[in-house]
Amino acid sequence: MNRIKRLAGRGAIALALLVIASPALAEWVLNMPEGVTSTSREVYSLHMQIFYIVVVIGVLVFGAMIFSIVRHRKARGVKPAQFHHSTGVEIVWTIIPFLILVSMAVPASTTLIDMYDTSGADMRVKVTGYQWKWHYKYMDEDVAFYSTLATDSNYARRLGSGVDPTSVENYLREVDNRLILPTNTRIKFLMTSNDVIHSWWVPELGWKKDTVPGYINETWTEIQEPGVYRGKCAELCGRGHGFMPVVVEAVEPERFQEWLAAKKEGDTAAAKAALDRASGDAVARR
Amino acid sequence: MTATTEHESEEYSGLRGFAARWLFTTNHKDIGTLYLLWSLLMFFVGGAMAMLIRAELFQPGMQVVDPYFYNQMITMHALVMIFGAVMPAFVGLANWMVPLMIGAPDMALPRMNNWSFWLLPFASLMLLSTVFLPGGGPSGGWTLYPPLSLQMGDAFPFLIFSIHILGISSIMGAINVIATVLNMRAPGMSLMRMPLFVWTWLITAYLLIAVMPVLAGGITMLLTDQYFGTTFFSAAGGGDPVLFQHIFWFFGHPEVYIMILPAFGILSEIIPTFARKPLFGYSSMVYATASIAFLSFIVWAHHMFTAGMPLAGELFFMYATMLIAVPTGVKVFNWVATMWRGAMTFETPMLFAVGNVILFTIGGFSGVMLAIAPADFQYHDTYFVVAHFHYVLVSGAVFSIIAAVYYWLPKWTGHMYNESVGKTHFWLSVIFLNVLFFPQHFLGLAGMNRRIPDYAVQFADWNMVSSLGGFGFGVSQLLFLYVIIRCMRGGKRAEARAWEGAKGLEWEVPSPAPHHTFDTPPRIETAGH
Amino acid sequence: MSEASGGYYVPHGSHWPIIGSIGLTTMLVGVSGYLQGADWGMWASLIGALVLLYMVFGWFTDVIKEGVQGYYNNQVDASFRWGMIWFIFSEVMFFGAFFGALLYARTLSIPWLSGADVATNQVLWDGVSLGWPTAGPSQRAEEFTPMGPWPLPTINTLILLTSGVTLTWAHHALKENRRLALIGFMWATVALGTVFIGFQAYEYYEAWTHLNLKLSTGMYGSTFFMLTGFHGLHVVIGTIMLLVIALRCMWGHFTPDGHFGFEGVAWYWHFVDVVWLGLYVFVYIL
Repeated sequence: MNRIKRLAGRGAIALALLVIASPALAEWVLNMPEGVTSTSREVYSLHMQIFYIVVVIGVLVFGAMIFSIVRHRKARGVKPAQFHHSTGVEIVWTIIPFLILVSMAVPASTTLIDMYDTSGADMRVKVTGYQWKWHYKYMDEDVAFYSTLATDSNYARRLGSGVDPTSVENYLREVDNRLILPTNTRIKFLMTSNDVIHSWWVPELGWKKDTVPGYINETWTEIQEPGVYRGKCAELCGRGHGFMPVVVEAVEPERFQEWLAAKKEGDTAAAKAALDRASGDAVARR
Repeated sequence: MTATTEHESEEYSGLRGFAARWLFTTNHKDIGTLYLLWSLLMFFVGGAMAMLIRAELFQPGMQVVDPYFYNQMITMHALVMIFGAVMPAFVGLANWMVPLMIGAPDMALPRMNNWSFWLLPFASLMLLSTVFLPGGGPSGGWTLYPPLSLQMGDAFPFLIFSIHILGISSIMGAINVIATVLNMRAPGMSLMRMPLFVWTWLITAYLLIAVMPVLAGGITMLLTDQYFGTTFFSAAGGGDPVLFQHIFWFFGHPEVYIMILPAFGILSEIIPTFARKPLFGYSSMVYATASIAFLSFIVWAHHMFTAGMPLAGELFFMYATMLIAVPTGVKVFNWVATMWRGAMTFETPMLFAVGNVILFTIGGFSGVMLAIAPADFQYHDTYFVVAHFHYVLVSGAVFSIIAAVYYWLPKWTGHMYNESVGKTHFWLSVIFLNVLFFPQHFLGLAGMNRRIPDYAVQFADWNMVSSLGGFGFGVSQLLFLYVIIRCMRGGKRAEARAWEGAKGLEWEVPSPAPHHTFDTPPRIETAGH
Repeated sequence: MSEASGGYYVPHGSHWPIIGSIGLTTMLVGVSGYLQGADWGMWASLIGALVLLYMVFGWFTDVIKEGVQGYYNNQVDASFRWGMIWFIFSEVMFFGAFFGALLYARTLSIPWLSGADVATNQVLWDGVSLGWPTAGPSQRAEEFTPMGPWPLPTINTLILLTSGVTLTWAHHALKENRRLALIGFMWATVALGTVFIGFQAYEYYEAWTHLNLKLSTGMYGSTFFMLTGFHGLHVVIGTIMLLVIALRCMWGHFTPDGHFGFEGVAWYWHFVDVVWLGLYVFVYIL
């Protein structure tokens, strides 16, 4: 018994050491990003609100349990009480949780209704899932392209590639062609798929939506800050499911127009220049 | 009224006798034992798959398996654990304990009971064998969503039919439980005097009979879509891939409660025993169980919030799902109130039961968070969900099964198990379980989606912690095996009433329980709870 | 063997279940192999089916023997009743899945495809307009004739309803110990069941050859054939069971107050009858 305890102790120390010694110590991710849209901020505050409520409930319930575990032990010589029900108490602890739930349901409903309101879009983008890449089409514009996992990640991710993923910049989070979107513009997405169900997800936008073959799911966003936002396919779609990232680059509307115009003419250099200017703007703002 | 039985266990000698006893048995205790042993085996098979999954996720990059094989492992891990380990374990417990608890000579339909069990190994082996077929095993996730599941190789029909057989086995098992509970109770054992384990199983059996056929229908449609040109799940013919998700989760959500309601029953047996105090709120426990079962039929689409349902559907399923927190909360409060001012001791079953209540409640909390549709748009298909359902299934369902095994092992074997190894098993399990699953909450919130063999480097640290916890949890379970084997082979003799505070009919019969019990039904004068 | 001492009969260990498991698994492995084009598939499924048949025959022979010898008291009888009731409930739920699919297609997926969901309809399906019955948006060019309620399905409805009546008369005759009427009505019921199957087979033949209505005729064909097909399968099984019961009536197995075998089959037949009414309304008329 003692030996087992000692072993367990050593294991715990070893575990702690391993964790501390691990290379990317700085990145102990913990929580949901607040995001860059009004939706994502609403979702974030909803998330935190429910989180605090359950923490309070947890403290109360577990507190009572732990108190009971400490105090009401046979070893302390207590005589067990024999009460076995109390209708009043039971009604109270049925009604209170119900009221708490109602208080959660109200903001949840408003947020949901807002997220479902796809009217009044300034532009539309059609997102099509493929095994295993994305296709983006700017509706009403003659611009469309595929977006596939960046080649360095794609090489490094192979079984036995010998490449250390930490040496690859944005491992599994970069694509060849990013989805370029304007900021402060209400954008409607038409989500569909060419083969199996995928799910298009950028955490900073505050939602994910499945792409179902043969149907279109509509949703919208309005990005408030320029930047590069990374996400993933979130619905299991086969062998390459882990390897089809989503990268959105949000730029100021003027830069977006420049980029779009260059893209329409097939002028890659000009398109790139527009994006470079956009990131230049971003640096300047900082 | 007496029960007539014509053979005793001494009849069985030699290999032939052994085979005849276990293959042909109609005895609920033998069948219960078979179920439990089979589920233990499957628990380790599914666990080995989990180890492989955690090994691949130990570091970013692909080190151990190919992504396609990884997908097979996550699919098979789920199917094996759900259909091979957890459900059979509960059926095994029901077989052993329900007749003992209600004073019945056996299950109501003993021959069918044998068939329920003996379909299980065949179906499980059929399922497992698919991994070795050309094109590999099922790799589209245990949810079998089309069109992805239709891309499967040769394994496809084997998978479908093995699930059919598993379903037939479950339905027959459930019919037997219902018939037993409704028809075989000893005189005086009124419904509202039944132990809660029996109550929860009665309701579980009802859920099983209601939803397993729906799954059968859904996978039959998959089969005909694949081979006979139907278009249930293809928009081209007017169908919809999401239709499958509705059918699947109409089965799948009650299925979740099928795996947790008997666990609630077990907790409601163990906690009063070790608190030496009657269960608090017996009737509200029964009503809460029934409410959960009812609600389980109208919440299925909360698994599909991101699939693109109309707004009204989203709202309805969100509200209905949130409501489940009410009866579940009542149960947790009742358990706490049962412990309150009791005289508690903490033998292994109680440790697992208390750990179960706390950790299941944590899983319940994340469940409430997931119920909030707009927030679920972020949580859905991330490791937050993985953490949630492992908290409710491992520290909920599996812990309760382990608790039940420790609790009733003296009754089954006639020996007390080794308490200090049992306690060590508990502490290692509970620590490693949290190391394994708690960080997955953080991973999911930070954006790591589930069912991926490889991930971005910012998730590396927690994944390593989680994997270490996983390996620790896996290895700790070998202690469980050790305790069981030791206890089967000998140990301190157990008394009829193995636990000081134990109430109920099963403790009136000697330990080990004789091959046949309650041939003459006992008369129940007071409530068993 | 146990004496019929009025106690609850716990049968001797039985080898039928394990034979059943072997038979069922062999059969389904065979079917799987067959579906994947393996040569052994057909043979394996045939052998499995024969084993399964042997099991069913042997198992029921045992049960009938025990029943006739009076091993089953009222409590055992009640167990059988509960078993049969819940088995029928499970069958109801099985059909529920297919009725649910039909309901979903007609009230949700087909309206969405044909315009209720504007984006899906316009962007993916060229504004197609679909009514019911339909073979779906991509097979709309293919002509087929739907199966109306007149004349065969209506005649079949009458046949099935009549068979329910004759079966009930047979039951009354059994309870009043009128052997001749019992046997007569039983055979009438069997005959009506057989005629129903014949008409149904003819209807399928018509659909397939003259109406161009097949399993692959989109959602209409899928739901039509799967619903009527599974129902037809149940009628076949029910008719076989009725046949056995008719023979057992002739052999004098049933007494006016001990005839669960009869009643179980009668419940099953009424269940098949009720499912048909659902089919008649939802598949043929609406």
